[in-house]
Amino acid sequence: MEFLTPPPVRRLAAREAGLAQPALPSANGHSNGNGNGNGFPLVPSPTFVGGRRRAAPSTIAIDRMQVDDLSVDYGSKRAVNGVSLPIRQGEVLALIGPSGCGKTTLLRSLNRLTELTRTASSEGRITLDGVDIATIEPTALRRRVTMVFQQPNPFPMSVFDNVAYVLREQASRRPKKPALRGAVEEALSRAGLLDEVRADLDHPALRLSGGQQQRLCIARALAANPEVLLLDEPCSALDPHSTQVIEDLIVKLREDVAVVIVTHNLQQAFRVADYVAFMYLGELVEYAGAPQLFSAPRQQRTKDYVSGAFG
Amino acid sequence: MTGAEALAAPAPPTAPRRNESSASWRLIDRLGLAFAWFLGVIFCLITAALVLYLFVQGIRYLRPSLLVTNPTAGYNESQTGGFFDPLLDTVVIAVMSMAIAIPIGIAIAVWLSEFGRPSALARVVESTIEMLAGTPSILLALFGTLLFEAPWLGFLSRTSGGVVYGRSFFAAAAMLSLLALPLVVTSVREGLQAIPSHVREASYAVGKTKSATTRRVLLPAARPAVLTGSMLGLGRVIGDTAIVVLLLGNTLTNVPSGSVPILSMLRGTGSTLTSYIFYNAPTGDGDQPGKAYAAAFVLLLMVLALNLGVDRAGRRGRDLRWSS
Repeated sequence: MEFLTPPPVRRLAAREAGLAQPALPSANGHSNGNGNGNGFPLVPSPTFVGGRRRAAPSTIAIDRMQVDDLSVDYGSKRAVNGVSLPIRQGEVLALIGPSGCGKTTLLRSLNRLTELTRTASSEGRITLDGVDIATIEPTALRRRVTMVFQQPNPFPMSVFDNVAYVLREQASRRPKKPALRGAVEEALSRAGLLDEVRADLDHPALRLSGGQQQRLCIARALAANPEVLLLDEPCSALDPHSTQVIEDLIVKLREDVAVVIVTHNLQQAFRVADYVAFMYLGELVEYAGAPQLFSAPRQQRTKDYVSGAFG
Repeated sequence: MTGAEALAAPAPPTAPRRNESSASWRLIDRLGLAFAWFLGVIFCLITAALVLYLFVQGIRYLRPSLLVTNPTAGYNESQTGGFFDPLLDTVVIAVMSMAIAIPIGIAIAVWLSEFGRPSALARVVESTIEMLAGTPSILLALFGTLLFEAPWLGFLSRTSGGVVYGRSFFAAAAMLSLLALPLVVTSVREGLQAIPSHVREASYAVGKTKSATTRRVLLPAARPAVLTGSMLGLGRVIGDTAIVVLLLGNTLTNVPSGSVPILSMLRGTGSTLTSYIFYNAPTGDGDQPGKAYAAAFVLLLMVLALNLGVDRAGRRGRDLRWSS
């Protein structure tokens, strides 16, 4: 319940007015935690999306990828139409929009996974650190731009091997298990999983709980030391507790890696994202800072969507 | 009396009914259901009778000595020996056939499921496999006799005076593997196709190649399917008679060809339990029903063990799955 009320606007209004601000009590009588709503502008339009921001706005922003007038077609159907936006390390970018709006297609274009679909074709340009990704060998690109999926999908091998699998093929010669141990444990610890699985590294990964499986998938994606991490609705198959753990993790990760997350859950986008891109029918309707997009959307369609009028 | 007890007092007089009543069903539906029950019971009874009959006859005629002695000539059943060679050859033939069928079957299944381009070729391969699955084994046997009598395949069987005999373990195993192949391909392909596409993509999405994905992720995930397909194929191989009779030479004991120890046996002729039963059945040349029953009992035990194996293979790892 906490994340539904109160709207962020109220807290901000008080704060920007310069009032001494203890955390406002939320509807259920509990304190809503840190009460930070950093950077919210004072705005008049109330919205239905609100709740606790997990982290202060990031202090660093390094341009990693740039999407330039990207269009993607599946056969004769246009899925993404002329989208341009930046992706920066130090920020979490959330792609939101109703089903079929092209947000997952946009995400999959970033590491050329769309090319696995035979009917897909794309125009426009995406650069990674200034280099057109079309000129990068796909497997090399996908080690720099890794992805985590909606369903937890550990590979049918041990917890250790799930991470080592990513490391092994990267090296020209296959390193042995002891040589990989450090790197595997580092990836697991970055994903906040190491302490839970330290004793079970040799157990089948599919025996872990759903939330642990998903963090293993994140560890796997991090093991390649990517510049960009793509998350396709990573929490939609998980329970609220696992979701919270992963959201905290996402916010923590943004310092080292640019994070792009597709989500259906507006509250989640609000909690984790620094920037939000709202897509509708393949078009990028609005791209703005999360506080602004949720509390003062410029476009009527964005306003309708975040207030629950459709979608 | 507390309030809770007062509430619990007027308990329903009968136990709750779990199933809906069929009283409101149409008559034809009720008859249909009864008929289905009846058929199911009959089917079980027939199978039970068959197994029971073979068990009784088997225990009656099977002596441990039959397992370790070879068929010999004699005037009555007490003098004609056992079936050591047919038993051994059944195992040898099964191993040889599966050694051919499993790798080729997996390769075809992987290609069909993961590559399958050009699609016209994939369709041709698919219908070829389907056709092979429906081909009576006697036709394969007949084709085999033509094939293995070809002079350039003479090294696989006995050759005398430039005439290739064309009957050997190699010839029989090669043709028997074609019986098992469709079962292996079908099972492995279904196992691969049951893997959700996001699992493949997860491997590509961390920069893995298609070959690494297939070898390290997809094939291990399809292992239960490989096992199931192999067991089904093995059952087919062990149970086939036509190919053995025509291509293994159907000599009751092994007749080796050449002097190299193992190779000479494999180039020579022999018989399996099925062809031994075929020979000794009351309608066969040998007409020694007791021996046929004893061999049939051993064969039945092998097939039952295989079925158990299929069941286990299919069940293993079923709890370790992804949601799609």
